[in-house]
This record gives sequence, C-alpha cells and structure tokens, in this order.
Amino acid sequence: MFHVKHYEVVVIGGGHAGAEAAAAAARCGVSVALITLRKATIGVMSCNPAIGGLGKGHLVREIDALDGIMARAADRAGIQFRLLNRRKGPAVQGPRAQADRKLYRQAVQDQLTALGNLDIVEGEVVDLRVVSGRVTGVELTDGSIIATKAAVLTAGTFLNGVIHVGDQRRSGGRVGDQASVRLADRLAALDLQRGRLKTGTPPRLAGKTIDWSRLEMQPGDDEPELFSFMHRRPFARQIACGITHTNPETHDIVRANLGQSAMYGGHIEGVGPRYCPSIEDKVVRFADKSGHQVFLEPEGLDDDTVYPNGISTSLPAAVQEAYVRTIVGLEQACILQPGYAIEYDYFDPRGLTRGLEVRSLRGLFFAGQINGTTGYEEAAAQGLLAGANAAALAKEQEALILPRSGSYIGVMIDDLVTRGVTEPYRMFTSRAEFRLSLRADNADQRLTPRGVALGLVGEARAAAFTVKQEKLDRLRAVLQSQTLSPHVLRGAGLTVNDDGARRTAFQVLSFPDATADMLMTIIPELSEHEPEVIAQLARDALYSQYLVRQSSEIEALDRGATTAIPQDFDYSALSGLSNELVSKLARRRPESLGDAGRIEGITPAALMLILAHLRKGQRKQAVS
Amino acid sequence: METIFAVASARGKAGVSVIRISGDRAHVAVAALCGPLPQTRRAAVRVLRWQGQVLDEALVILFSEGASFTGEQSAELQVHGSVAVGSAVLRALEQQPGLRMAEAGEFTRRALENGRLDLAQVEGLADLIDAETEAQRRQAQRVLSGAVGQRAEAWRQKLIRAGALIEATIDFADEDVPVDVRPEVAGLLDGLIAELKVELAGSHVAERLRDGFEVAIVGAPNVGKSTLLNALAGREAAITSALAGTTRDVIEVRMDLAGLPVTVLDTAGLRDGGDEVERIGIARGLQRAESADLRVFLVQDFSEELELRPREGDLVRLAKADLLDDPSGGLSGLTGAGVDRLIREIGDVLGQRVASASVMTRTRHRVAIERAIEAMESAQAEVWKASGRIELVAAELWSAIRCLDQLVGRLDVEMLLDEIFASFCIGK
Repeated sequence: MFHVKHYEVVVIGGGHAGAEAAAAAARCGVSVALITLRKATIGVMSCNPAIGGLGKGHLVREIDALDGIMARAADRAGIQFRLLNRRKGPAVQGPRAQADRKLYRQAVQDQLTALGNLDIVEGEVVDLRVVSGRVTGVELTDGSIIATKAAVLTAGTFLNGVIHVGDQRRSGGRVGDQASVRLADRLAALDLQRGRLKTGTPPRLAGKTIDWSRLEMQPGDDEPELFSFMHRRPFARQIACGITHTNPETHDIVRANLGQSAMYGGHIEGVGPRYCPSIEDKVVRFADKSGHQVFLEPEGLDDDTVYPNGISTSLPAAVQEAYVRTIVGLEQACILQPGYAIEYDYFDPRGLTRGLEVRSLRGLFFAGQINGTTGYEEAAAQGLLAGANAAALAKEQEALILPRSGSYIGVMIDDLVTRGVTEPYRMFTSRAEFRLSLRADNADQRLTPRGVALGLVGEARAAAFTVKQEKLDRLRAVLQSQTLSPHVLRGAGLTVNDDGARRTAFQVLSFPDATADMLMTIIPELSEHEPEVIAQLARDALYSQYLVRQSSEIEALDRGATTAIPQDFDYSALSGLSNELVSKLARRRPESLGDAGRIEGITPAALMLILAHLRKGQRKQAVS
Repeated sequence: METIFAVASARGKAGVSVIRISGDRAHVAVAALCGPLPQTRRAAVRVLRWQGQVLDEALVILFSEGASFTGEQSAELQVHGSVAVGSAVLRALEQQPGLRMAEAGEFTRRALENGRLDLAQVEGLADLIDAETEAQRRQAQRVLSGAVGQRAEAWRQKLIRAGALIEATIDFADEDVPVDVRPEVAGLLDGLIAELKVELAGSHVAERLRDGFEVAIVGAPNVGKSTLLNALAGREAAITSALAGTTRDVIEVRMDLAGLPVTVLDTAGLRDGGDEVERIGIARGLQRAESADLRVFLVQDFSEELELRPREGDLVRLAKADLLDDPSGGLSGLTGAGVDRLIREIGDVLGQRVASASVMTRTRHRVAIERAIEAMESAQAEVWKASGRIELVAAELWSAIRCLDQLVGRLDVEMLLDEIFASFCIGK
C-alpha cells in the first residue's frame, strides 16, 4: 500500500500550458504538484524557436500582466527581438522574439523551482480518481495515488498521437516521447466530443552547412521591445536570422512526390491549420506562386541547429533533403532531423466552462493543445487561467472569468467555449473586436489590478505597477489640464483648424501629425516625464475618440453576456425553433444570450425566442 | 402565468367591441360571467351577468390552449360597442382572482413566447395591425417576409470581405502576402455606401408609408383651398379619420388617396399684412407646406408670385375653374371639376416614390443604416491616408458590421425586443 500524497492542485504535463498552470496555482498560494514524464523537458520548445508575434505577442504580455512565467523566460532567452507591424498603429503591433531553446527551458525551470509550494513529480498519470462526480486524485504508472482537489490536464499532442514521416508512422508524442494511450482511453469514458487535428514541423538543418553569405540577413530591432513589463533590455547576445525562398525547382520536387506525403498520400485524417500550411499545401493551394519565403532561425547561441520556418512537411526524409537542397543557401545543407507531421486528439472545448473546467467532471481542467489550440502562447495563456481557477476551486473561491471585451485571453477562451474549433486555433489580432483598446502596451493596466486582487500577482510586480500607474495618472492630468490655442499649435507646425477653439494637450497627441517631441517644445514641463510614459499616453490618445464609441458597443455586447441562460434551460420547449437549432443549443448549452448569438446558425429570431422565454420565466418567478 | 384581458378592438363608440382574455383562467372567468360555456371555436350568444347585474348580451367564443392567437387558453367576448358596456365588463373581469389588464403588446408577446409567431412576423405584425391602406399592407407584408434580414445579410457579407482583406495585411504582415488590398477594399466600400444610401433614401419613403404622406394645399387667400380640401375629403371612401386639435392654424385631414395614406393640409392663405394672429398662421402654414411631401398650388394666374415656390414634382393648378371661360385643366372644389384628375396625379407622384420604398420601415432601421454609412465613409477616408492607420479602417468596418447586426437583432436582442413591443398598444 502506497502512502497517499496530497496536493491542493495537481497539474499533469510540463509543456507551456502545464508550466504556466502550475506556476499560477502556486502563486495563488495552494500546494501544487506538477507531474511530468521527465523533469528535464519542462519548458521545451518543441516546435519553432520563437515566442510572440501578432496576437500571440499580446497574449504573452497579458500572461506577464498576471505575473506569469512565459514573458520573463522569453526575455531571458531572446536572441532577436522584433516588433511586428512597427509601421502600423500600436494596437496591431506584436512583440516577437527568437529564443535560444536551452536558455528558454532553463528560464522556465528556474522560475518554477523558485516557487516554494510547487513540487515537480516525475511520472505518468494513468488514471483519474473520481468520487461522486468530482476529481479527488490521480493515479501514476506505479500505482501510487496523489490526492487533490483539482487537476489541470495539459496533455498536448500526446492523446493518441501518431507521427508521420512519409508513409512511416508510429505512435508517440513528440520525437522520443511515449504516447499517453492509457489516459486517453480513460478520458474517452467522459461525455466529451473528440476531434482530430494535425500539425507539422520542418526538417532541422545543421547551421554550419548553410551558406549564410548568399542569404539576406534580418537583424533584430535597434530598440528591442521586450515581453515583460519588468524588463528593459535583452539578456542574451543578439543575432540575425537569414531569409531565403523556395523556387520552381523546389515546388517540382514536392509536386512529384505528393503521393508519398503523409498528408496527400491519405495517411492523415486530422485537420491542419490553414494559416500555417505545409510546403505540400503551399505548392498545391498556391500553384501560381513561384516562391515562398523561408526564415532560417538559429535555435540557440551555442546550438548549430537551424529551424527553416516555412517548409514544414510530412514527405519522406529523402525527398525532404532533395527539395531543401534546391533552395538558395541550402545547396549543401544537412538535415539533422527530418520534418514530420503529428496527428493528435483534442476535446471539443465547448464542453468546458469559461474557467476551463470540464463541465461534466467537477475539478478537472483542460488547457493547451488538448482544447484544439496551437502555439506556445495560446497554451500558456490557457494554462495560467486553468491553474488560477484550479486554485480558486481548491480554495472555494469564485472562478476567474475574463470577458472578451477586456483581454485577448478572454477572446480566446470565449471563442473556444462558444464556437469550438474546426482547425488548430491560433490567436490573431483580428479575433479581438475591441482590438484598439486591447493593446500589448496596456496589458498591465487591463489585467494587473485584477491579478493583484486575486493574489495571482506577486509583490514586486504589484509595487512596480503602482508606481507606473501613478506616473501615468500624473501625466494624464497634466495633458488634460493644459489647453493650447490653434495659433500656438500652428506655430509648432501642426495642421489645425484656425477656429479659436483650444485643444487639450491630450487631444493634440491624437492628431496624426503630432509627436511627443513637438508637444515638448510647447509644454516644456513634459520633459520632466519619462519618454515611455509619454509614449504610452500618446497611444491612448491616438485611439481615444474611437474608444469612446467602442465602449457603447462593448456595453451592447456585455448586456448579452449578462443575460444568463440557465444550464437546465429546455430548448425543446421553444416551439418556434427548428429541430436542428434545438439540438445544437442543447448540445452547446450557451451560458448567456451573448454566447448563444455566437453559435453558428443561430438566427436573430431564435435569440429573440430564447430571450422571450427567459423573461417569461422571470415574470413567473416574480409572480410566485 | 396570470390571465390577462383587454379591449382588442378600436376604442370609442362602435357597433361591436371585442374583449380578449388569455391565460389559464380565461374560461373560468368567462364562465363566471355567462354560466354554461359554449364549445371551443363555436360562437354562442350569452347574457353576461356580474354580481346580479346584467352587463350585456354578448357573442362568446372560446379557444383552447395551443389553438389560439397567444397559444394559451383564450376567449373573446363580442359586446355592444359602447364605452359604458366595455368598462362594465372590464371591471367585472378585473374583480376576478388571477386576472389583470394586459400591458401594451402583451398578447403578441405571449404569442411570441409560445412560439405562435416568429420574430419577423412580430416585427411586421405591428405595422400590419396599423396598416390603413393597401400600400401600407403590402409594405408590412414585405417586412413580415424577412426582407430586412436578407438585405442586411448581403451587405454584411461584403463588409466581411472588405474586413478580411484588411485583416490579412495586419495579421499576416510577416508572411508573404504583400498584395495591396486597398483598391478592392475601396471598391467594395464605394458600392456599399451607394447601395446603403439608396436604401436610406427609400427608408424615408418607407417611413412615410407607415406614417402617411403629407400633401399641402397652398395658395393666396380665398383661392378655394378649403373648398378643395372638402371636395377631396368628401369623396366616397376617402376620409378614414380626421385628426383633432390641429384646426387652429393648419387643418389636417387624413385620407386614403389612390391607396396611399395621405394627410392633406389646408394652410392659411399666403399674403402680406394681416393681423398678428394671421401672420403667425401664415408662417406656420409655410413651414408645414415646406416640409410636406408634395404641394398643390392653387393659382388664379400662372404668373402669380407666391412666397413659396413650387418644387420639382409639385402640382400647380388654376383655381376656381367654375369661373373660367375654359375650365379644362383647371380645378374647382365647388363643382368637382378636375378633382378626380388631381387625386390621380397626387397618386402618381407619390406612387413613383413608393416604388423606391425600402423595407427599412422603422426609425431604428434608418438610424442603424445611417451609422453604418458613417462608419464606412470614415473607413473609406482612412484607407488612402498616408498615415497608414489601417487598424482604424478595420475598426470602422467592424463598427459598420455591428450596426447591421443590431439592425437584424444579432446584437443587443434585449433592446430590440423592448423596442418592438413598445410599438404595440394594449390588446394586441
């Protein structure tokens, strides 16, 4: 008989979702066990060696605003920082960095080790313990039990994972790992819809076999934008990436061998992402294009491996070598590890609450690829939310629910639990309808106070945030109290109507041709404020008039969200609804009228009918 | 659910007045008044009594649950249409347990809640109930058929296309899609703005169709304006109602002219001088005539100069044709000469405008379209700006899409429902 250990929260899996979930729960003050197959692989970047990007960079900033670990790890490991869309407006700029794999992994592990109430347990979870509809523990391969109040499952691609290289296939998670077949079988017993997705990787190249002299090199930004609000400068040495292109010869080889591709040879049934197509996909779907861009991304400062971003594939190894060598600069390139496609199961996230808890099993949370998402950032953001909510459940506190009008995390969760996924879900800025207010630069102002209130944010960050907020408030007061005449503004070179009306300095900052420097010549006292603080308020000002208008639209959206639909609502009693809609609604169980409206195929008339019924119920209650 | 009741027919004196009762206690309540109940869906004459008093002799019709307008157990009492009889029956119902007066639109609301009507029908229903003329009825039927939603959906698809093009340049900036999408976006916006503007213009007519057109009779004093008004109003089947309380300066008579709802305005004669009261009357008359949909000028001489100039489409007629040597083409309210022709011509002018009427019949439709146009125009202006704030173009496009969502009730259903039911009066 084994001794039963007890942790308030157990996190299963040590990928990006698991690490973030364990850290979040631990920050909330509960005891946490992170169970992983191998301790050394926690924080491994199994796909491309980069963090952030458009939409994804926003998620990383939000994770940081809630004191998560991803942003700080990425800053420590960052070897090339670029702010994407730098020439477009601040709302659509996304920070991105190439990361040194080893440094990244180390930075994640260091942060986890530093958390006193977090234990890392090596082992494989083979079963869940359930007592009267609630998770009470997990069972490991050796038969030992860990008792717990809440479990976060971050199984990644391990659920019935199948790896394909050409027509070769084998069971397994990523290269070198075993698939968690037993746990998958156990979960199949739960009342959850399943689907199958695929994702691919490119062949990894030996850097010293690449002719870098023939390539266009892309350095990082001169003034790097870091991920964490707590960091100012990169930690690691900065490098450049190479850029090359595929060509008709490359495409001919791919086309000639399509029959041998796992994807096109009919070996893969899972659905892949449209926005991250394999080279086979690109050749077939964009047949008229004679070349595709390939970024050559070094995987680390003292690692010779290069990740050729843009040519993921499931062709046989020999074909991969043949087409790689048609590409400029890669004529002599050696493949260290062939590219492969992986197919895996995910659970329909519509079976989850907004707190990422499985609706049909109290105490079980899902985060990451298991919910049909792709990407480290998406996984980590879900991990943070699931970890915080597992801790909240253990402490019997209210769940942390983020509305879609306030964060990208909220947008993602809302999309997942109301719409589900049809392809691996990746974050884009365009998924956020209130993008102008959800900027990467104001993630702390949007989320840190909430995190502080929940105990999710540590003292150091809370203190730093308070100082920053005071600086912003002080400068905002100055900008709003100072008014300037058209005469003065025209004198400074601004295009202003000479209508005699004075503008506040804040309004002036929103003019397309106004700059902070220009304003400083008119209001000298501005130079007493930090440039970063001025820049932040300039970004607020830029969108201020749009934000006012959007806020009424947000209200309309939130009104829908506050009209709750009881979970036992009887849709079949709505005689005006088609059978198709009734069964769709009964299956999805939308939490609110707003959710119902976002379900595919739901007509305004159907919404009206649901609302009418809800009100009828309210009136009945009022009467009785 | 409480049982509700209200007078379902028009207020005031009439031959018959219909009282509608709906809810679990409807049949019990009727039995309390009339004793033995007739079979459902069979009209029967019964004497209504309450507390020993005979209220009226009424025609009683019962409907069972699931087979009535509201879907609930219901009854209709057809009583004699006097105000006193109606109030006596209502009082008798009110004194029964579990019964109360219906709120505005409550019968229709219950019909919706019970799945007897879908949303489109509810929206068109209010108009249909209010329809006074054939053109109004046809318009309400078009709304009823869901035309608003279809049109909005078509625009929405184009806006989503434009939005998607812009979004691609934002979210895939780092990948190789360096195509300039601006020409296609601008083209889509041009087309949509033009289309929505046509709809907006048509929505003005559509609102007119709902609320009635105004036709002003204008002319010098004593030229026969009032006589013409009386002649128009006196035609068989012309007058449907006369608005009270507006007779101080401008006299209004609502009528059905050539199948269209028209309010004819008789304005004070246009002349200089007069006392102050008359000058105020003239000023008001001018203002109303100015904003009317159509003006009929009565002149005694085509060279006559009036303070108000005829606009395109206005009708100018020689007055007092009975006194002319050649009365053809002239008009006389007294003899009726030319009045039929005038009615035809008014019908033609307004009828042409009706042909362009949109299905956007309500103020909220028009406001949503106006906002969508505004957003698209801002987007259009931003697309070509050098400052390159493409995210603002996107923001405007999504804002326009949300306007259309609000139009069809995809967003903010609660407010839509409130607004729809606000337009119902009690008993419907």
